[in-house]
Amino acid sequence: MSDAPQPDRIPAALATPKSGRTFPFVWLVPAIALVVGAWLAISHYLERGTTIVISFHTAEGLQAGKTKIKYKDIDIGQITEISLAPDLSGVVATAELIKGAENRVVEDTRFWVVRPRISGSTVSGLQTLLSGTYVAMDVGKSTTRARVFTGLEQPPAFTTDAPGRQITLRADDAGSLDIGSPVYFRRLQVGQVAAYGLDKDGKSVKITVFINAPYHRFVTSNSRFWHASGIDMAVDSEGVRIKTESLVSIAIGGIAFATPFDESEPAPITADTVFRLQRSQADAFKSPDRIADNYVLVFNQSVRGLQPGAAVDFRGIVVGEVTAIRTQYDPDTQKIAIPVEIRVYPERFTARMAGGAQKSERLVRNGKFMAGLVEHGLRAQLRTGALLTGQLYVALDFFPDAPKVKLDLAQSPPELPTRPSALEDLQQTLVALANKLERMPLDTMAQDLSHTLKTVDTLVKRLDSEMGPTLSEGRQTLVELRKTLADVSKTMNQANGALSAAQQSLGPDSALLTELQDTAREFSRTAQSLRALADYLERNPQSLIRGKGE
Amino acid sequence: MTSAASLGLVSCHTCSLVSRAPDDGEGLCPRCGSPVHSRKPGSIGKTWAYLIAAMILYVPANALPMMLTSSLFGSSDDTIISGVLFLWDDGSWYLALIVFVASILVPLAKMVALLVLLLSVQFPVDRAPERRTRLARLYRAIESVGRWSMLDIYVVALLCTVVQLTALASVHAGPAALAFGAVVVLTMLATESFDARLIWDPVHQFHERRATT
Repeated sequence: MSDAPQPDRIPAALATPKSGRTFPFVWLVPAIALVVGAWLAISHYLERGTTIVISFHTAEGLQAGKTKIKYKDIDIGQITEISLAPDLSGVVATAELIKGAENRVVEDTRFWVVRPRISGSTVSGLQTLLSGTYVAMDVGKSTTRARVFTGLEQPPAFTTDAPGRQITLRADDAGSLDIGSPVYFRRLQVGQVAAYGLDKDGKSVKITVFINAPYHRFVTSNSRFWHASGIDMAVDSEGVRIKTESLVSIAIGGIAFATPFDESEPAPITADTVFRLQRSQADAFKSPDRIADNYVLVFNQSVRGLQPGAAVDFRGIVVGEVTAIRTQYDPDTQKIAIPVEIRVYPERFTARMAGGAQKSERLVRNGKFMAGLVEHGLRAQLRTGALLTGQLYVALDFFPDAPKVKLDLAQSPPELPTRPSALEDLQQTLVALANKLERMPLDTMAQDLSHTLKTVDTLVKRLDSEMGPTLSEGRQTLVELRKTLADVSKTMNQANGALSAAQQSLGPDSALLTELQDTAREFSRTAQSLRALADYLERNPQSLIRGKGE
Repeated sequence: MTSAASLGLVSCHTCSLVSRAPDDGEGLCPRCGSPVHSRKPGSIGKTWAYLIAAMILYVPANALPMMLTSSLFGSSDDTIISGVLFLWDDGSWYLALIVFVASILVPLAKMVALLVLLLSVQFPVDRAPERRTRLARLYRAIESVGRWSMLDIYVVALLCTVVQLTALASVHAGPAALAFGAVVVLTMLATESFDARLIWDPVHQFHERRATT
């Protein structure tokens, strides 16, 4: 058999009609693949979102690839990498945010780590015990996008979109305030402390509070803020008063505010309005002292018992306070004086004007006012406030008899003339008296006295010699007088006898009296008969003529 | 050595009837009516098209995340290579090896092999029959290994359906899964559209050339 097949025995394939040149559709496949691949790559790139960098103090609880970034509890990203900061001061977390979040990460967007926190008033982040910590975000208001952030160590007390108002307060100290401490308005909690920190100069504490809407409307430029921490106890003439805000504020401190209602429209508060946080409500409602003048007082006596902060008092009205007590050495005279610095609020002298005149602030400016008072005898004096404790205070009062002094306003601070205190006054008087006594010519006085006594002695002697005869004459007269008296006594006895005889004859049962009584009775009967006759005659006057009829 | 093509004969792929080819080499089987052709029409062009598409998609398949896992303890986007590295670090080096071979090496090897085949058919440098036999062996190998490269897709598909504990954990297919699946399918299509008989055509020319010299 031949290798070659038999062509004629093999059937011929059926010819197909020519379809002409066809489009190579198969090349659409790589084209589609290209499109799909590009689409996948582009969509993935677009969905990647933004990468941001947040620095924290510590990476506690943070895990790369696990820790979420949440906004309003919705995942918006994830921490992809955590590394140490180049200077080892903290950690730097790189986070990838989902698409669409990049518009939210602006300059003032804040990030903080949500961990379980338990403080005096709040318990937060407990869910993170189970779910692990996460990074929370608060969207800022700025429009400038940012990529590098510093994470907060404390969660902010309020979020940027919370309705309300942020208020800045300045206080001498933070008291027991903490972040989250309540803010009260009419004993209603209307906000909380958002942040606090020392001022740059370290002289005061700056406290930022957040007042929730709608209460922020009640904060106006004349609102007063005070520490509502703890218990405010006052003992005064009205008795014992104890004031507190709420139990929470006793425990963790708080701030209260009130807005005095004033007829005038209060100025609107601006972003940089800083309110003063006062120690107590009473302090807060004191009218603010806009003018404070410093003076120095030089006392030449002990200031034991006087302390900085002691009151400067004008007839019972506190018009200032002692700010400092120093010593001043004069090397020329080797004298040590004690200058006491005081601060006086001259407006407190002029709360009202006599005759209802308009009060002018200019009146008390520049110290002219005080200079005028000094010319009229205003002096400073140390007085004892409490005898038991020996506390001193500075009293300002008028001493019209004080020597004239002019207030030297050129000095800084000007020296206000002083006057010794009452006790010292007395002491000085006594000393002056003693001095006067000392100056008295006691020797000559004694000589004069003995001379006088001698003169008296001679006088007495002369009297003795001259009065002798007169006295014996008097004695004779007295003897005669006694005789006369004895005669008088006899006469009196005789009179006595006569009187007793009279008494006998006039006694109650004497014969004379009985006869008198009988006579009287007889007389009485006669009188009756006469009356009967008279009556009869009155009725029957004719009987005088005709005689008694039947 | 003669070939069917050189004798003007074609074999039907459906009923295997050998028939004489029409002049343009394309027609219908006189017995079953299936199209018959001496060589697959446009085989090289189709193969090129599928191969290029596969190569394009191979890039996103490896660069983009294959599987999005999210659980209570965080979420992760895993590309094929990061999954392999994770398994390797985890100590399951054998699993890592399997995934690496099935998902990275095999598709890559297939594409390289197809490239070699296509180039050797279009630009035959070495026409010796032994070389050609080696090429044929390569072709058989890529044809048989093709189905295994879907391993990764199976894993992802399985996890996606099984791990859906919404609250605790969930697994989603990433964009790379689509690209990867497309790569596997395209390489299989390319393998399928490649006419292995083209490998031998240069051998015929080799013999002819030898005969003339």
